[in-house]
Amino acid sequence: MLEIRNLHAKVGEQEILRGIDLEVRAGEVHAIMGPNGSGKSTLANVLAGREGYEVTAGSVLYQGENLLELAPEERARRGIFLAFQYPVEIPGISNTYFLKAALNAIRKSRGLPELDAIEFLQLVREKAKLVEMDEALLNRAVNEGFSGGEKKRNEILQMAVLEPKLAILDETDSGLDIDALKIVARGVNSLRDKERAVILVTHYQRLLDYIVPDRVHVLFEGRIARSGGKELALELEREGYAGIDERGAERELKEREVCGR
Amino acid sequence: MTYRMLDPSAHYRSCFGLVPPDDGWLERIRREALERFAESGFPTTRQEDWKYTNTAPLAKIPFRMPSQAPESDVKALLAAYPLLAPGDAAIVFVNGRYRADLSNAAHAQERAVVSSFRAARQDGHRGLVAEHLTRYASYTARPFVALNTAFVTDGALVSIPEQATIERPIHLIFLTEPGAEPIFCQPRALILAGAGSRASVLEHHLGEGDGEYFSNSVSEIALGDRAQLDHFHVARPGARAFHVSTVQARQGRESVLRSYSLSLGGRLVRNDLDTVLAEEGAQCALSGLYLAAGSQHVDNHTTIEHAAPNSTSEELYSGVLGGRATGVFNGKVIVRPEAQKTSARQKNRNLLLSNDAAVNSKPQLEIFADDVRCTHAATVGRIDEDALFYLRSRGVAIAAARQLLIRAFASEITSGIQEREVKAALTEVVSEILSSDEWVEER
Repeated sequence: MLEIRNLHAKVGEQEILRGIDLEVRAGEVHAIMGPNGSGKSTLANVLAGREGYEVTAGSVLYQGENLLELAPEERARRGIFLAFQYPVEIPGISNTYFLKAALNAIRKSRGLPELDAIEFLQLVREKAKLVEMDEALLNRAVNEGFSGGEKKRNEILQMAVLEPKLAILDETDSGLDIDALKIVARGVNSLRDKERAVILVTHYQRLLDYIVPDRVHVLFEGRIARSGGKELALELEREGYAGIDERGAERELKEREVCGR
Repeated sequence: MTYRMLDPSAHYRSCFGLVPPDDGWLERIRREALERFAESGFPTTRQEDWKYTNTAPLAKIPFRMPSQAPESDVKALLAAYPLLAPGDAAIVFVNGRYRADLSNAAHAQERAVVSSFRAARQDGHRGLVAEHLTRYASYTARPFVALNTAFVTDGALVSIPEQATIERPIHLIFLTEPGAEPIFCQPRALILAGAGSRASVLEHHLGEGDGEYFSNSVSEIALGDRAQLDHFHVARPGARAFHVSTVQARQGRESVLRSYSLSLGGRLVRNDLDTVLAEEGAQCALSGLYLAAGSQHVDNHTTIEHAAPNSTSEELYSGVLGGRATGVFNGKVIVRPEAQKTSARQKNRNLLLSNDAAVNSKPQLEIFADDVRCTHAATVGRIDEDALFYLRSRGVAIAAARQLLIRAFASEITSGIQEREVKAALTEVVSEILSSDEWVEER
């Protein structure tokens, strides 16, 4: 579904991503971990198409298509969804209006009929239940005056309504208490099937107790320093990121060459 | 079209001569006003209040008194006008002339007077006009009020009896449609809200077609003690129209004026809105929305005079400016020495859609009392790039996303409207204007 090859990206003059290689297949959940500043959020934003991130080398193929050439809205219409680390407040646009505009834009681009107000309301209510979101928040302006947890839950609601093929969660777990974390996990798990993939960008292992990943990658200084199964996350939890350094990254690369991967 | 320079005083004096003389008191006032205008002429940019609005193009054009009815089917236009519900009381002036056939004066409820000045004279309400006209809007101090007053032969009168609550909005419609020649109109309104009354009055200043015209309106508003009035000034002038308006209000004890001023087009728009919180506990909330694109110019000058203790004012004006449009907001707040415990809050927000659009925003506080709370804030910004990306990342195309954000910005004003139907209709009108390409495409 997603093939990232030797991806380099700059923010301003600073090179943040320095050769990312990652393959995500349909049905998989990948966790991307790593210390602050390792490039996790940059990767998420580059995949979603945010301005201000300049790709200097490498390629990203999404369902066989050059993702980097697509405008953010075109990526969304093809099924990519980014749950924002810092969801944006938009005064003057109600949550439901926003979601309906988004869903219908996506449906229209796929040649599907747009949902009318009643159909949409049914759908959004059902999804709001899933993420235990107070219906009053649906009629409020997008994220305006929402608590941190409500904003994150709203991201998961959007994801649940838009049903993306590739969901990228950028530190959705940060700042959440355990109950909110479980709700987020429920939202993600309900989306899991063999057609879809999820990339979880997270700083902590905690979320992975509830969303069990197929693969875990550790990002360090703009490269994937280690990859492994779900047990890698537990190891990081025990030992921290101290063991992941430049040498480790080189060793990992060598091992991979030896293994012929 | 180019015009030779003309002497505005001589031009309007000659037009004055074409108006059949009226009886005593009004004729005297009209002549006085004409002389005042002849002395002052149009204001110039050397005057502080007109620094950013150049009236020279207005002075150059020999606007004529309208002599003919418009070509459009006005009845059909009004039937399609989204703000007007069938059956609502409405006074309609077309090209300066009262149109009884299009008006709906009989539907005013609760003994409210909704009438033309002339009809009021026959219906025995003549005293109201004579008593109040020119009492609130000074033709000695303001050239545009003087010019309007010089041509007052008729107008729209609304008088709400004491303690009456009028549920349905009352409409005053001034429609202008020039033919081949540029014309001028001088709309005049007198709105009297009796003590303890509640009502909504909507003034609509509409232009039809793309001919040149000059509309110079004056509205005088008096609120009795504890009266509550929602007043709307909806200006949707033609693309080549000059729209100048003056609204002057006086508020009695604990009265509440909610004012909504919407400037939605025209080549040059200048609105002066003044209210005097004359007696203790009076409150006003002034909201304004101005949209300008292309080479339009829109100027809002407001003055809130706190003249008595415990008076409160809240003001929010928002502007959306695209293309090479220019905007002006000047918000003056005067607090007289006796107006202790005044609370005054003022905010002006501007959204610029292009590098060539510009706005001059100026708060002007003149405070002569010591126990007051006055705040003001002015912002000038662009479309929020984070919000734009957020919308796009959810599948909304860039043009639609921009439009959504512009409409959201404008909705801060319309969402504050209390009457549900008026709010819905005005929100729709604003959305429709903002959906035109000139607002969306540029970056």
